[in-house]
Amino acid sequence: MFKLNARTFNRIKSNKASLAGFVIVSFFALTALFAPFLAPAEQGANPYMMPQTGYSSEPAPPSKTHWLGTAEQQYDIYHGVVWGARTAFKTGLGIVLISVLVGIILGGLAGYAGGKTDEALMRITDIVLSFPSIVLAVVIVAMLGPGLYKVMIALAAVSWPAYARLVRGDVLTIKQRDYVTAAKALGAGHGRILFRHILPNSIYPVIVVASLDTGAVVLTAAALSFLGLGSPVGYSDWGQLIAMSRNWILGTAGNPFAYWYTVVMPGLAIFLFVLGWNLMGDAFRDIADPKQY
Amino acid sequence: MLKFILRRTALLPLVMLGVTFLLFSLTQILSPEMRASLYIKDPRQLDSIAQIIKEHGLNDPLLIQYGRWLKRLSRGELGYSETANMPVTSAIKAYLPATLELAVATIIPVLFLGIWLGAMSAVRKDKLTDHLLRAGSITCYSMPVFVLGLVLLMIFYGKLGWFSPGRYSMDTDFIVNGDPFRHFTGLLTVDALLNRNWTVFWDAAKHLILPAATLCIGSAALMIRVMRSSMLEELGKDYVRTARAKGLSEWRVIYLHAGKNAIIPVITIASLQFVRLLGGVVIIETVFDFPGIGRWGVSAAQQLDIPGVLGFSLMTAMLFVAGNMVADILYAWADPRIRYQ
Repeated sequence: MFKLNARTFNRIKSNKASLAGFVIVSFFALTALFAPFLAPAEQGANPYMMPQTGYSSEPAPPSKTHWLGTAEQQYDIYHGVVWGARTAFKTGLGIVLISVLVGIILGGLAGYAGGKTDEALMRITDIVLSFPSIVLAVVIVAMLGPGLYKVMIALAAVSWPAYARLVRGDVLTIKQRDYVTAAKALGAGHGRILFRHILPNSIYPVIVVASLDTGAVVLTAAALSFLGLGSPVGYSDWGQLIAMSRNWILGTAGNPFAYWYTVVMPGLAIFLFVLGWNLMGDAFRDIADPKQY
Repeated sequence: MLKFILRRTALLPLVMLGVTFLLFSLTQILSPEMRASLYIKDPRQLDSIAQIIKEHGLNDPLLIQYGRWLKRLSRGELGYSETANMPVTSAIKAYLPATLELAVATIIPVLFLGIWLGAMSAVRKDKLTDHLLRAGSITCYSMPVFVLGLVLLMIFYGKLGWFSPGRYSMDTDFIVNGDPFRHFTGLLTVDALLNRNWTVFWDAAKHLILPAATLCIGSAALMIRVMRSSMLEELGKDYVRTARAKGLSEWRVIYLHAGKNAIIPVITIASLQFVRLLGGVVIIETVFDFPGIGRWGVSAAQQLDIPGVLGFSLMTAMLFVAGNMVADILYAWADPRIRYQ
């Protein structure tokens, strides 16, 4: 694993791909931050709901009033894409935060306590990891009922074991170090040793790696929304915008690509968002593990 | 080696037991009325739900209910799936072959492209080809499969009319479900070959191409990266230098010496990728309206068809666990150091 020091930052700065990733992610972060100015909602309306102008089911192409066109039922795609950036950050960071927190606590406990506690906790991670993550997430959302927060719970529930294992491995090596033995000899309690001496030395890499997984997590959340298990209809959510475009891939008789914007606009948003995180993540992993070239 | 395999398989029943317990506990989120549907074999029973709750003790403590459910499970009684319109066991039998066929059709080009392009990227490290391949693979890797699938459908179905969604077209439907067509394996392309029916074979293959290509693009990107780094590692080793010093042709050195060893991690990653496709099919089958277990599982989840959801997830977990085990064994076979950990 790597240390967060000036040298690491210099290496990140000199890596063009990671810089590009950083620029893309910052662009989305600014979009999310300034969403109320970029796409103001009407007075009193929930800004996350895409405004609907008219009731025609047919999508309308980009125009002066709807920069990116409208989806079926006349939902404004521009508004959806802008506020969708907020949804993406909210879901992505929310899921990563919960799963990392749970992972650190349980993984730290397993590694530190060892013995039966370790065995039991690791068998639980085995069970959760027995599913492709999207399958278990689909099952959990099916039981909880659709909704954005439920998607977040489901995805956090399937992603914590990976972090728990990572933290456990680190804790296992760190607890053998001399300064831990020294702390024990000085009479420090278990809580103090685990939280003051061991975890601070093992969690930073995990947090960095995990935060770089945000792109992948947002992709899975968008997939669940696409499958109709996420946010309610009309909510600004990229996955849902794409689900709406499914009925319009055929176009009209003379023009097969008549409704291209319904797929391409939100699709481009998800793609760039994920690409940005992946570019950053790749650079970090190269630095963390130089062996891989 | 045998000892490793035995040790690895010994854990399997325990993990599967845990999986069933986790899934059953998840169903407890639902009200007893909803869970009653697990015990319905026939849609006509829907009127007597209160009776079913009492009869099956759906308000009993979790462990007692779980024990009872497990007993039914061991007898192969998984309930009736409303989305599939048939018992869960028949639904699995009907849908699983389609998914396996799609997964096989995906992994073959993934392996081929991954090994070929990955090796090329490594050999031309830091040249233009390498940069293009690396940029291309991270682009493909970041592409959401559902967006890619819809765009491909737009082009190849909407514009060009070459491929269409589904597993076979209407005309083929008559032949496949007709009398003389015999179903040996459930894999439509294989069955068509065994029946020597070229129309069906061509039609089935045509319906596989687009979803397989969509899934392949993301997986191949990952494979290229694995092959590249593995090949780079091998190319830096002493035996490669020896081979070069002996005056062997560059082609022999790269493909017969380094390539042979570089493929080992790729094969194991490929077996993992094959298992991971089980997650990918969930989305892709929905996009392409391909009647596999993924599409069934999703529609079951959308319509709260609990027996369907449980059957689908149990089946997937079983395949996933078994597949991961095979990957582990393959890995240990390729690299003896793993066996003695």
